[in-house]
Amino acid sequence: MSDNAADTGFYAEEMTINVGPQHPSTHGVLRFVVKTDGEMINEAIPDVGYLHRSIEKIGEKVTYHGYVPYTDRADYLAAMFANQAFCMAAEKLGNTEVARRGEFCRAIACELNRIASHLISVGTFGQDIGAMTPFVHALRERESINNLMEEICGARLTYNYIRIGGVGYDIVPSTMTKIAEFLDHFEPIVEEFNRLLSGNKIFIERLAGVAVVSKEDALSYNLVGPNLRGSGIKWDIRRDIPYSVYPELDFEVPVGTAEVGSLGDSFDRFWVRIREMQESVKILRQCMKMIPRGPAISKVPKKFRPPAGEYYARVEAPRGDMGFYVVSDGSEYPYRVRIRTGSYTAMSIIDKLSKGIMVADLIALIGSLDVDAPEIDR
Amino acid sequence: MQEGAFAGVPKEVVYAIAMVLAALVVLSVFVAPLAGVTSWLERRVWARMQSRVGPNRVGPQGILQWLADGIKNIMKEDIIPAAADQKLFPLAPYVVFMGFLCAFVVIPFGENLIVADLNIGILYLLAVTSLVVVGILMAGWASNNKWSLLGGMRSAAQIVSYEIPAGLSVLTIVFLAGTLSMQGIIKAQGWGPWDWFIFHNPFTFCAFFLFFTAALAEGNRTPFDIPEAESELVAGYVTEYSGMRFLFFFFAEWGNLYVIGAVATTLFMGGWQVPPIFDNYPALKGIAQFVTFFLKAYFWVFVAMWIRATLPRVRVDQLMALCWKYMVPLSFICLLGTIGFMFMDDQARRIFSAITLGFAIATIINFFRRVGFQFRAAKPEAYWKPQI
Repeated sequence: MSDNAADTGFYAEEMTINVGPQHPSTHGVLRFVVKTDGEMINEAIPDVGYLHRSIEKIGEKVTYHGYVPYTDRADYLAAMFANQAFCMAAEKLGNTEVARRGEFCRAIACELNRIASHLISVGTFGQDIGAMTPFVHALRERESINNLMEEICGARLTYNYIRIGGVGYDIVPSTMTKIAEFLDHFEPIVEEFNRLLSGNKIFIERLAGVAVVSKEDALSYNLVGPNLRGSGIKWDIRRDIPYSVYPELDFEVPVGTAEVGSLGDSFDRFWVRIREMQESVKILRQCMKMIPRGPAISKVPKKFRPPAGEYYARVEAPRGDMGFYVVSDGSEYPYRVRIRTGSYTAMSIIDKLSKGIMVADLIALIGSLDVDAPEIDR
Repeated sequence: MQEGAFAGVPKEVVYAIAMVLAALVVLSVFVAPLAGVTSWLERRVWARMQSRVGPNRVGPQGILQWLADGIKNIMKEDIIPAAADQKLFPLAPYVVFMGFLCAFVVIPFGENLIVADLNIGILYLLAVTSLVVVGILMAGWASNNKWSLLGGMRSAAQIVSYEIPAGLSVLTIVFLAGTLSMQGIIKAQGWGPWDWFIFHNPFTFCAFFLFFTAALAEGNRTPFDIPEAESELVAGYVTEYSGMRFLFFFFAEWGNLYVIGAVATTLFMGGWQVPPIFDNYPALKGIAQFVTFFLKAYFWVFVAMWIRATLPRVRVDQLMALCWKYMVPLSFICLLGTIGFMFMDDQARRIFSAITLGFAIATIINFFRRVGFQFRAAKPEAYWKPQI
């Protein structure tokens, strides 16, 4: 007599759940098809494409200058970096000099934006774990950065600040003072944030040893940015493929140190972001000391026609290596624009990591990888 | 009863109608505002802790916000999903609501201010509050939604597990008081902290924290709010509910918060006991008792809000491990230890009581020093203005 499921009347089957596209912690519109056995996940298949705006195709239809505002939308939490990557590619193609003051303005704006983006990341991560207060505190600080950005370039989210040849507007001395005031205010806030969230026993218990990414996995799945550094690999475009003024600056590249669990767990990725914010503060202070006088933008023709060729420019965005591959055929419009972002590759590892973890851990995993829907789909 | 409008009606029917009317009055003038104001207070307290303002538009300081929300939700369309269980789905909120409402029967607001001083008061309370889990499970299953189902199952596992440490901690006090009646338990204590059961001996001191933690878990409060963990389960068992039915769940949740505070006050903190100077003024004494009880209970409501604003959420397996590996054995130890203390002579017991009280005061002082450190270190941009 067989005692299979149908005979006994009891049978267990996998439950397929749709996480997203409308789900509180999918950070935009992501979708995961999750197969669960009770609380345990057997499989979580990411499904992307809900936020596709064909930014790459648009690049073939607008001029080089006109494309800069579109790049803002590639990752609206860190718009400055897409600006910079595209402008760097265009400058290399057109052999354009970048004003030195403009380079420093770029670095200042970018690092402010990096802090803002990481604040969102760690704040929403706290919220995914269930702590509401750190999220609001992080957003409060980000609001001050948005105010600064408004003073710098007139926009709070999609900046269109970095232009081919430099930056759109110079940073005036009064704004510099305000940035310095903000930095003095911000440094203790990071400490407070750590006391409130990072040192919390429940928070650590939730993350230590969860969704561990080994060094080999991190490399083979092409993780970049804080996700890669969380696994203990010291790789930062600012340091290893230097661009802009970063070779002149003195900063550390924080890597995961298995602070509470094993190397490459969710907490390490979170902790790298916290320390990167502190490094950004350091970079900002140096930039504000070193910034020279002079024009913020060099002479660039209104009709920008780079000679035929191709270039791949990459910057270290908050979500890792962001690259713009631009092909020019000598006309006013780019022949092809291809964007490479960190979140897209981070999504691919979720399938591997999610086997055998719990539903709550999946949320922690998505949060710790800091995947960002607009960046995945472009 | 022999003449007038009620002539010829059986006495029992008149009493029943009178009881229903009384219940309606109590419901509308006390319980509903209580839950409503608690919801407003929670949003307000929470907002301040997060350097926000919170609801401040409807009425003075926004205190009538709950009325506006209630009216809005009553006006909303009552949606029952086509795929949901057509009978259980509408029923579930009422079961939850009833479970919480029945608890108010035995809550002693004052010496004479209690609906029914049942001789099994605390047992009754533990029993009827378990009705909430039936309602939640019903909601989770009847919604025909996978998130709801997960939430309902989590809730059932959680509440059933945490009943045990809560019940054992309660039993500690029942042993000391020698009665299950709520009034009897309060009468066994005094008005001063040295006469409260929480400082009776070190074991009851521990039992209090076990009880409060378990009660938070039973009330689905952070850090144990996994049944409705909005970042994981969308909204858990309330995902499919809207309008007034949705409100009933939260009504019960906020009301439950007060019940937790009230039970903690009754069992451990001396309930409505007031200093003997009020003995000469009977009218004043009643008011003082009510105020004392209300404030003590609300203090624990505030603590629960504070915890909610501070802590992240535990994972479901950690939750179970906490209950079965730590809290259940600890509450057994507390129970046995308290039994040991009951055989101790009064003089020695007083010494232990004093030590416990001193330890508690030292803990509180240390706690406030740390809070003060956080304040000074953080230089918060909190609104110090009480009115905004």
